[in-house]
Parts: sequence; structure tokens; C-alpha cells
Amino acid sequence: MFDFEFMRLAFLAGAVVGVLAPVVGFFLVQRQMSLIGDGIGHVAFAGVALGYLIGVSPVWTALLAAVVGAVAIEWLRARRKAAGDQALALVFYTGIAGGVVLISSAGALNANLFSYLFGSILTVTRTDLTRIALLGLGSLILVAVLLRSLLAVAIDEEGARVSGLPVPVLNGAVSLLAALTIGISMRIVGILLIAALMVLPVIAAQRVAWSLRSTMALSIGIGLSSVLAGLTISYYGNLPPGGTIVLSATGFFLAAAAVEAVR
Amino acid sequence: MPVAVELAGVDFAYPHGPPVLRLVDLRVEAGEFLAIAGPNGGGKTTLLRLALGLERPTRGSVRLFGEPADRFRERPRLGYLAQRSQLGVQAPATVREVVAAGRAPLRPFGRLGAADREAVDEAIERVDLAGLASRPLTRLSGGQQQRAFIAKALVAGPKLLALDEPTAGVDVAAQEALAELLARLHGELGVTILYVSHEFGAIEHVVQRLVLVRERIVFDGPPSTLPGVWHDPSHVHV
Repeated sequence: MFDFEFMRLAFLAGAVVGVLAPVVGFFLVQRQMSLIGDGIGHVAFAGVALGYLIGVSPVWTALLAAVVGAVAIEWLRARRKAAGDQALALVFYTGIAGGVVLISSAGALNANLFSYLFGSILTVTRTDLTRIALLGLGSLILVAVLLRSLLAVAIDEEGARVSGLPVPVLNGAVSLLAALTIGISMRIVGILLIAALMVLPVIAAQRVAWSLRSTMALSIGIGLSSVLAGLTISYYGNLPPGGTIVLSATGFFLAAAAVEAVR
Repeated sequence: MPVAVELAGVDFAYPHGPPVLRLVDLRVEAGEFLAIAGPNGGGKTTLLRLALGLERPTRGSVRLFGEPADRFRERPRLGYLAQRSQLGVQAPATVREVVAAGRAPLRPFGRLGAADREAVDEAIERVDLAGLASRPLTRLSGGQQQRAFIAKALVAGPKLLALDEPTAGVDVAAQEALAELLARLHGELGVTILYVSHEFGAIEHVVQRLVLVRERIVFDGPPSTLPGVWHDPSHVHV
């Protein structure tokens, strides 16, 4: 399998995504914003469509759209103009509707579009890998720097606010990280399924973990294993990698739930 | 005595809402242990939020250690125990992890240093949870969880400890244990304590001063001087 360069590129890019997605997802799950990745993913779909329409690489327009979507959700939440789920619904549906209209206008309803929606192991280029590695590493460094503050806000948001932590800025950073994760993961998992890779490893890990630290470590292990197992199954089964990766993560979740039940 | 909290001529109403507080004057000396009580909806939590600079008065002024409360510069030195303090995370956070979160405002970036770890251990010992430091909060009783949150509020060496309805949802024995713990911490640390609760039976024998709020301050003095009929705060009449 590794005789082919496209598989080596897919595995390397997948490893970055497998680590980053659950790290960022950890904070989304703790904020009970598990579905924010879906909302941002649908805005990224509109970005892909815009890229086709104006003749720019859809990867960059999707990344830009994801960041705009994340900022919009956080702004609506922070200003209390809409409750969290309503903010998400507004951005979610506007994104998918905008994407459908734009993609139709661009006449791009074709197989290539589906590689963005559900991932494709054939499409990861060296340029993609460089972008994924740089943005992924940058995102992980940002999480490492902000980790203490992000945990403090997750554990007790009101207490953090009283003590002077910049809670809106930190919440915005989490949304921005979610947007970056979606933007760089779309070639592997697809923008419609990446949210699952951010959430499933975390909710699996917290069923068997014994601390926050172990939850995060197990989440990373499950995320990475899901991506590597999913890509392997995708290669041998000639299946879309997004689906096989997410189903692998579902398998880990069921295993964790079984361990929790017998413990 | 320096003044910890000072509200002068404070009115407050939420946007498009009725008045919550009217003409409130309150001065709390540094090192005082003060209970703020009153009926539900009487404005006691709002008074605390004003004192902490989380809300701005519609009229009047609020100062915290001499500075305007909403621009107070030493915010990491404010310990806060929220109403029905509950873990914001679903993952199994240990006592040590929860308490360590209280150090983040002092040093928001990077890893815990030796001084942080020492402060965390000390705060956990102060609330008698040393033997349970590695245990997830979800496996502790309501009273023990509350003590973990008090340790978190103490871990940055607060000048002011604010507790909002800390006894909600815990049994009478835990309420009395909390009162004893707070009295001990007040004696050991000399920290100013603002304790907000709709009931004050468990705390009145340990606080120095009781303030009853029902839109206005209707009683302010030692608990021993409180008229008998007011021991049930729902009977407070303006």
C-alpha cells in the first residue's frame, strides 16, 4: 500500500488530522458545542462552491468560509443575539443553502465536488501535505499555549470571567481552531464528516478515562487510530475514506461504551 | 481598615426590566465575613455581581478595593464560587485538575510551575481533600465537590472570596460543614468573604455581619440583632 505516493501522502496528512481533530474537539464537547463542527463544515461547503465559481482553489475559499462561519457563530453566541443552538442552525442552513446555489451556478455538481464532501485518498498532493502540516502544527502549538486557560474556561466559565480571563477571546480561539481543523481536514475526511472525527474520539475517551489529561490522551489515540484504520480500509475496499474513518471512530466509541458497561 | 467593597447610591435594572436594586449603600471592610441574604428574586445575586464588576449599576458607583469594580486590575485575586457550582466539563476532571484551573488567571499560558503545584496542594489540604486529590469530581459527594471548588477559589491567594448560593443542593450536614470550613479559612487567611444565600441558618453563627436584601437593604448588622420574624428571609418586608 505504501508503494504508492498518494497513500504515503494520505497517511501523513491523516496522522496530522487524526491528532488535531480530537484535540480541538475536546473543547467543543466540553462546551456542549459538539455540532459546531457540522455548522462550520456546511459553511465550508459554500466556500468550496465559491472557489469553483470564481476559479480559485476551493481549499482556500473553504478555509476562509469556515473561519467566517466560526466567527459568525461565536459572535451571535457572545452577543446573545441567539442561543447557541439557534446560532448554529442559522449558520448551518445558510451555509448549505448558499453552497447549493453557488455550486449550481458554477455548474460544478460533479465527482470532484464529492471528494471535498467525503474525502479522497487520491487527491492529497505534496502541496496539500505541506499546508496541512504547517496549519496543523500551528493549531497544536496554539492549543498548547492556551491549554491552561482553555481548561479553566471549560471547567468553570463564570469563575474564569470573574478572575479576569478573556473568556470571549478564548471561546473565539476554540471556534477559530475548529474552522482551521475543518479547512485542513477536508481532503482526507471531507467537510461533511470531519465534525464526527472531532467529537467521536472524545466522547469515546471520556467513557473510560479517569482524568482530563487521560481523556485528551485517549482522544488523540482513538482519533489517530481511526484515521489510520479508516485509510487502510478505504484503500483495500475502494471506499471513500471519510466514511471508513468515521465508522472506525464509531467502532471505538462502541468498544469504549462496552468497557464502561462491564466496569 | 481598608475598604474591600463599596456600593454608593446604587440602582440596578436589567434592560427593559423592573428595578432589581434601589438606593443601595453598602461598605464592606477588608477582612470582614459578610452574609448577604434575602428572598429569591430580591436582588442579592445581582448585588454580588455588581460588587464583582460583572454588571454595571444603572445609577451610583461600585468600587472594589478602591478601584471601579468593572475595571479592577487584580481580578486573579478574586475567588468565586458560582451558584450551584457544577463542573463545566463532561470529562472526568480530578480534584487536582479543577483546583489547578484556579491558577490559570495568574499565569494563563504554558505549563504549571513548581509554585503552582505547591499552591494547588496547599489549597487541597486546606479543604481536607488531600486523600481525594486524584479522584474525579463525579465520584465525590455534593459537599466534597463544593470543597473542591472552594479550593479552586482559594488557590490564587484571593483578597476576596465570593460565594453565590453555595449551599444549593447539598444536605444540612454539608451546609454546616461548609460554614465551619469557611469560618476556619476566614480565621487562617483573613480573606474578605461575601456569602450570598437565600437561607442563612447554617451560616449565621459564623458570620460577623448579615445584610438582608429585598430590592433595598432592609437589615444590616450582626446576626444576633436580627428580629426573630426575619430569620425566615421570605418574610422580609420593605
